[in-house]
Amino acid sequence: MSKMSDDKKDRDFAEERQIESIIGAEGAEVGHDHEPTSGGVTPGGRSVSEPAIASRTLWGDAWYRLRKNKLAVVALFWIALVIFCAVTADLWVPQLFGDPSEINSVTAMQTKLQSPSLVHPMGTDDFGRDIFGRVIYGARISLSVGILAVGFTVIIGLILGAFSGFYGRGTDAIIMRVADVFLAFPYILFAILLLAVIPQEARTTIWPVVFTIGFLGWPSIARVFRSSILSVKQNDYVDAGRALGANDARLMLRHIMPNAIAPIVVYATMSVGGAILTEAALSFLGIGVQPPTITWGRMIEEGRSFITSNPMLVFWPGLAILTTVLAFTLLGDGVRDALDVKMKD
Amino acid sequence: MLRFITRRLIQFIPVFFGVTLILFLMTTVLGDPIRLRFGERAANPEVYQQLRHDQGFDQPWYKQYADYIVKLAHGDLGVSVRTGRPVSDILKETYPYTMRLAFAAIIVEIFVGVGAGIISAVKKYSIWDVLVTLSTSILVAMPVFWLGMLLQIFFGILMKKWTNGAFYLPISGAESAQFGPIAHLILPAITLASVSTAYAARIMRSQLLEVLGQDYIRTAHAKGLSGGRVLYGHAMKNAMIPVVTFIGLDLGAMLAGAILTETVFNWPGVGYTIYLAIRALDYPIVFGGTVVILFAVMIVNLLVDISYAFLDPRIRYGGASE
Repeated sequence: MSKMSDDKKDRDFAEERQIESIIGAEGAEVGHDHEPTSGGVTPGGRSVSEPAIASRTLWGDAWYRLRKNKLAVVALFWIALVIFCAVTADLWVPQLFGDPSEINSVTAMQTKLQSPSLVHPMGTDDFGRDIFGRVIYGARISLSVGILAVGFTVIIGLILGAFSGFYGRGTDAIIMRVADVFLAFPYILFAILLLAVIPQEARTTIWPVVFTIGFLGWPSIARVFRSSILSVKQNDYVDAGRALGANDARLMLRHIMPNAIAPIVVYATMSVGGAILTEAALSFLGIGVQPPTITWGRMIEEGRSFITSNPMLVFWPGLAILTTVLAFTLLGDGVRDALDVKMKD
Repeated sequence: MLRFITRRLIQFIPVFFGVTLILFLMTTVLGDPIRLRFGERAANPEVYQQLRHDQGFDQPWYKQYADYIVKLAHGDLGVSVRTGRPVSDILKETYPYTMRLAFAAIIVEIFVGVGAGIISAVKKYSIWDVLVTLSTSILVAMPVFWLGMLLQIFFGILMKKWTNGAFYLPISGAESAQFGPIAHLILPAITLASVSTAYAARIMRSQLLEVLGQDYIRTAHAKGLSGGRVLYGHAMKNAMIPVVTFIGLDLGAMLAGAILTETVFNWPGVGYTIYLAIRALDYPIVFGGTVVILFAVMIVNLLVDISYAFLDPRIRYGGASE
């Protein structure tokens, strides 16, 4: 993109922000749904501009830009919806669609493998359980594994990346060589190996999968953070801080970190989708979260036996994975554009 | 050039030892090999101690690690718990299938991925470009095994129904008299290639767009060369370098990542063998298969790294200051 169009974009952006600050808080609230410029100036809205709107902080601006990105807003909305359904599942799924795990051997013969209907929006599986209800419960595992694993990755990656970038030399060399070793392993295989040595009984909770996926992802985060730190470290204000007597921890946490964190936010958002895919793959292979927990990956695996007669058993959980992962990717793209982070593809 | 290769080989050494050390730790220290290998039969403490001693697991770890390396060097990967066959024999039978699938997938990736990338770069912002961008985003977000099943459903089951059995593709990788080996390869190869094809198309597009914006391309146009000459004679040469590297590295990933695809299509390769071994709790096969795949991946990556230097003369100079 040329310099000129960038400048123009910035100008447009400044104008739009002015307009929004005139509209005031109310206008900003509905800004999720439609562009503030087309919203018109409401008569009573000429309030003093809210600090959140007139934000001059990196994050305030980024949030503003993110809201203007329609795809990102749709993605965010979808993620919020899935999270909401997953969190509140206990309150409405069993009541409306029946217990998603219970196998009622008396009625199963009549209720199994039904086509979608009003009672069962996605039909029923081979045990007469409602597929929609199971997909909702599966979202709990996928989302919590995805988010927790990435959280874990970010913690390890930030610490190691910080040491590597900040201290350089020997520390850097050792950490980066270890990262090379990790990256040499094909991801799925490494995960399988790690999970294979954990006893099966211990794998009925999500934690082994969370830690495995989280543990394997750190080299990428560490590399991104390291290079981010290397570029921030050269700024004069870091030298100034050091000259004023700030110690390493303070320099790192107060001066370098806030300026180096943006790529990590972008990378982490995108990684959630990847973690969800990995979790699904592990479940599909039978080495992920063990039964009776419902996971999307295992729903697909179980549906495989019915692929000729009832392909929909496989279709719905896969669609759930696809849309959720896609949402995180699009949100990640949106966050990247909003924070104006340049990343290699 | 020789210096570059030597340096790459030297860099390979710590990775080699790191990888083998991790494998060693996982197979012997973290996962109690006796328990994994003999299951409940090792529950009797006396038998357990005896087994530990027989297998040399009461030795200090560095000695065990050295033994492990020696065993690997001799191609000794242990024995299957279920069948008692040497793991290396099992892998020797299955690996050709994995390689065949990987090469077929690479061919798909080269033609479809590079082709789509070129179209979407040359016809930027056209309906084709939008279509390519959209489908690459969806492909990347799709679970590979699910895509495989969708293909099975569409080309195997629905097509058969619609054409009354006149035209459809086999959904299983197991060879049959009805279909030739090529027909069995089609769906698995597309499935395995899907994600990489999407990435290859994206990289091709962005590289070509970058190159097309450079001065020497404008010069070529100004000299009166046809659009095709400029594209294939001038732009592609430079734009292809990262794409070729990506595809090369991908071959390594495909030799490894085939586990999901092979499972969906019951393709009798290493990945499917590992999957069956996980199900049967036959851990020597799981670990042995992983070792073999790992080495295949590392060697392919090393070769790609080296061939990169041949492809792009600039890397030889830049290499020293890495």
